[in-house]
Amino acid sequence: MSEKIGVYVCHCGTNIAGTVDVKGVAEWAAEHLKHRGVVIGRDYKFMCSSLGQELVENDIKELGLTRVIVAACSPHLHEKTFRTACERAGLNPYLCEMVSIREQVSWVHTDKVAATEKSKAAISGGVERVIHNEPLEPIQVPIHADTLVVGGGIAGIQAALEIADAGYHVCLVEREPSIGGHMAQFDKTFPTLDCAACILTPKMVEVGAHPNITLLTWSEVEKVDGFVGNFKATIRKKASYVNTDSCTGCGICWEKCPKKVVDDVFEAGMGIRKAIYRPFAQAVPKYPVMDVENCTYFKNSKCKACQLFCPTEPNSINFEQKDEILEVQAGNIILATGYDLFDATRIPQYGYGKLPNVFTSLEFERMCNAAGPTEGKIVLRDMKTAPKSVVVVHCVGSRDENYNKYCSSICCMQSLKFAHLVMERTGAEVYNCYIDIRTPSKDYEEFYKRVLEEGGHFIRGKVAEITDAARIPEEEGKLIVQVEDTLIGKQRRIPVDMVILSAGLEPRHDAKEVGKLFGIACGASGWYTERHPKLDPVATMTDGVYIAGCVQGPKDIPASVVQGAAAAARVLGKIQQGVISLEPIRASINKDQCSGCRICNGLCPFNAIAYIEDDNVSDINPALCQGCGTCVAACPAGAISGTGFSNEQIIAQIDGLLLRNLEPAGV
Amino acid sequence: MTANAKPKFAMYWAASCGGCEIAVLNTHEKILDVDANFDVVFWPVAMDAKYKDVEAMENGSILLTLFNGGIRNDENEHIAKLLRQKSKILVSFGSCACEGCIPGLANLSPVGDIVHTAFNTITTDNPNEIYPQTTFDAPEGELHIPKLFPVLRPLDQVVDVDYYMPGCPPESHQIAAVIDLVIKVVKGEAELPPKGATIGVGDSTVCDECPLARNVKMIKEFKRIQDIAPVDPTLCILEQGIPCNGPATRSGCNARCPQAGAQCIGCYGPAEGVMDYGARLITAFASVIDATTPEEIDHILDGIPDPTGQVYRFNLAGSLLKANREAWKV
Repeated sequence: MSEKIGVYVCHCGTNIAGTVDVKGVAEWAAEHLKHRGVVIGRDYKFMCSSLGQELVENDIKELGLTRVIVAACSPHLHEKTFRTACERAGLNPYLCEMVSIREQVSWVHTDKVAATEKSKAAISGGVERVIHNEPLEPIQVPIHADTLVVGGGIAGIQAALEIADAGYHVCLVEREPSIGGHMAQFDKTFPTLDCAACILTPKMVEVGAHPNITLLTWSEVEKVDGFVGNFKATIRKKASYVNTDSCTGCGICWEKCPKKVVDDVFEAGMGIRKAIYRPFAQAVPKYPVMDVENCTYFKNSKCKACQLFCPTEPNSINFEQKDEILEVQAGNIILATGYDLFDATRIPQYGYGKLPNVFTSLEFERMCNAAGPTEGKIVLRDMKTAPKSVVVVHCVGSRDENYNKYCSSICCMQSLKFAHLVMERTGAEVYNCYIDIRTPSKDYEEFYKRVLEEGGHFIRGKVAEITDAARIPEEEGKLIVQVEDTLIGKQRRIPVDMVILSAGLEPRHDAKEVGKLFGIACGASGWYTERHPKLDPVATMTDGVYIAGCVQGPKDIPASVVQGAAAAARVLGKIQQGVISLEPIRASINKDQCSGCRICNGLCPFNAIAYIEDDNVSDINPALCQGCGTCVAACPAGAISGTGFSNEQIIAQIDGLLLRNLEPAGV
Repeated sequence: MTANAKPKFAMYWAASCGGCEIAVLNTHEKILDVDANFDVVFWPVAMDAKYKDVEAMENGSILLTLFNGGIRNDENEHIAKLLRQKSKILVSFGSCACEGCIPGLANLSPVGDIVHTAFNTITTDNPNEIYPQTTFDAPEGELHIPKLFPVLRPLDQVVDVDYYMPGCPPESHQIAAVIDLVIKVVKGEAELPPKGATIGVGDSTVCDECPLARNVKMIKEFKRIQDIAPVDPTLCILEQGIPCNGPATRSGCNARCPQAGAQCIGCYGPAEGVMDYGARLITAFASVIDATTPEEIDHILDGIPDPTGQVYRFNLAGSLLKANREAWKV
């Protein structure tokens, strides 16, 4: 045995030492794994501290260690710390391995004797594994300075502006005809009640006019190739049938268009638009788009009113326009594609869709908006009667085992805002039916207080049913909200004129497919998974792909803006580096053993595997590969191996775990 | 061995079907080269010989022994150890010796069940429940028949093996090539491959030799070949939904079965780099299932009626699972 291995066992305060005899484990390793090359076994209170790291560094220099095992927390946390320490002492960082005796031992066991024995086995496995580690060098990749931002809501807008203002080019892609996202649909924003449009539209205008931003609305990303530093996105710019070079956005075309269409998107079904339309007055860009499914001309080849009346020269309406396919190069990608509103018809007992005066939160937002279908008047579905009493139902589709278990985070404040607006504009009685009121951000609790003081009623209970079946004369013609008031322990039936369902936020219906497109994964609830929930919330497991706003989980406007800016900062950091180093943990294919069966081809979540027809083999792009190991496991020929995870290493580690490496007299 | 004496050759069958012997004879006139270059000292299927003759030989006096068949009983084990002692080069010949093959599938059942099935089935009327005994007192004296072990073992789990030559049976052209090589080695014109090598094979998988067209695989349904009519003779068999073992199976047979429109059943054993053949295959099959729900996955997998027979048909006794099968020590 030519290797000299150092074994370091961390106390992690009492995190590990409380359950594992750390000193005993370190001594055991030094004695019983001596014949496997272990020359030193130490325990230390906090291995991750500077002094702990110095222990390792000094031993590398003085004892000539060639391999290092740190038995401590999960490698997710401190692998980099110790690998960097090894590098400082002149040892290739990949010759250092961590053994998790905290997450996998001390935190999950209470039996100290067994936990100590398990730690020994885990370390023994680590020692056997590290013997087979090879020195690796990081992969260097240059970074393209352009950034692709997908989604033009407030998070995407913020990210795009931050990067563009820093002097780098951004391509902002938005599926809808205008940027602005959900925020553009709102009237007031909590807790300050400033007008959403007033604070959003200046940013939208800035995006539209920014020399460093290429804005592609009415466009979708269809394909993403490449890898961090060198992505190539294929974008479909849908035909709008409007020539934006000559269009002035004057509005005559939609004025003259004879076809009225219920606007399910921007007006949430509350208002109408034309077949050629601009979703709202402050839309950016200002150009309209044609809805071919509803356009009379596209249906029966007659009409062309828009073209007829278009005043520009040349005429801006072009019925021959085709979808364009664009290719965009980018070094980094920020995904800010937002959320879908929970579909309230999924809770039939709430009557949405059947009982006309049950509204969703988004419908109510449009109603409150001065530019909306009722010009800001809060009225019943008949569009004229003001309600005298209103129930706001919290947690619709959220915190509910049947729909979404998570808290949608914005609904409490949104509901309080609704209560305030109803009272302010109609003087109606307002009841908030809530499970818990959650107002943790700055000035939120104060806003709750304010609504309480304004006379809002609060009933702690989950609404069971909303019905129009009256039991007593007072309930005739009303909506009856059946709810258990858990604070007084009584069932209540509240007859009201209007119910607002504070619907939760859900991942976009196509989040999974879009995630696959960009090589990132969704968590159990369907939101994209961040690299670390606390310490790296805007990065993803795919290098160069960042997430911002509600794609990462429900959040309000300030939090979305923060994430947009954070993602931009991360991207700018990468651009500034010019070149980045990638972890050399990669899969590679032994071309002699590969028979080109193509089983691996469709599996790679990062699109790193390509089939080379001429050689009849598959090949892995090392810069795209993230070392996840899916293909390694799938390859029936055993032709794919993962650097750092070779069969040899894994089998050796298993043998070590089973203590097969101990000398007969051992243990 | 004197300078002009021919080197000695032996071939033995343990728990096997005899197909390997046929494959050797199927080398046609090449078999004459064996006779011309070797002194065949022990080959029960081809010539009369007694175990005691072998026992009397000097250790290491046989240059080349082709050993086919797995180790199912104490007679197999005795001869395996004996031939190991007497042979310079011991080749684990054919799938049974290399990895257990079909007889190895019996490792799924206790010996009692196997004997019961063999001696008391629809085709074997055994009203008096008479089963073979290992010893019998006959008027002429005590008779013995070999005792079955609890499991069948490949040859290398019993004795040290120099080379492996897989196949059920090994292809005749590969046998001829190996015979040629050994003759050259004897004449000093070539060198032996490193000990432990697998010989008479290709270095990739059956797919490598298979001419059928292949695409990115997405399988909606597994079917048995008899349920597909007709099989597309130009398209990858696996893509047609027939579980084909080609992707994990060592090349060397020229993809005979797929070329004839049938799925590879894996007789050439695991490809180089494959540690556990069945595990490799099942992950490969699982990887190409095109399903989104657990129910759909179950439904598709139900299309493989006998998963063990599918992925371990030849390899059960030689698989990693043996690590837990210490039963034979009993």
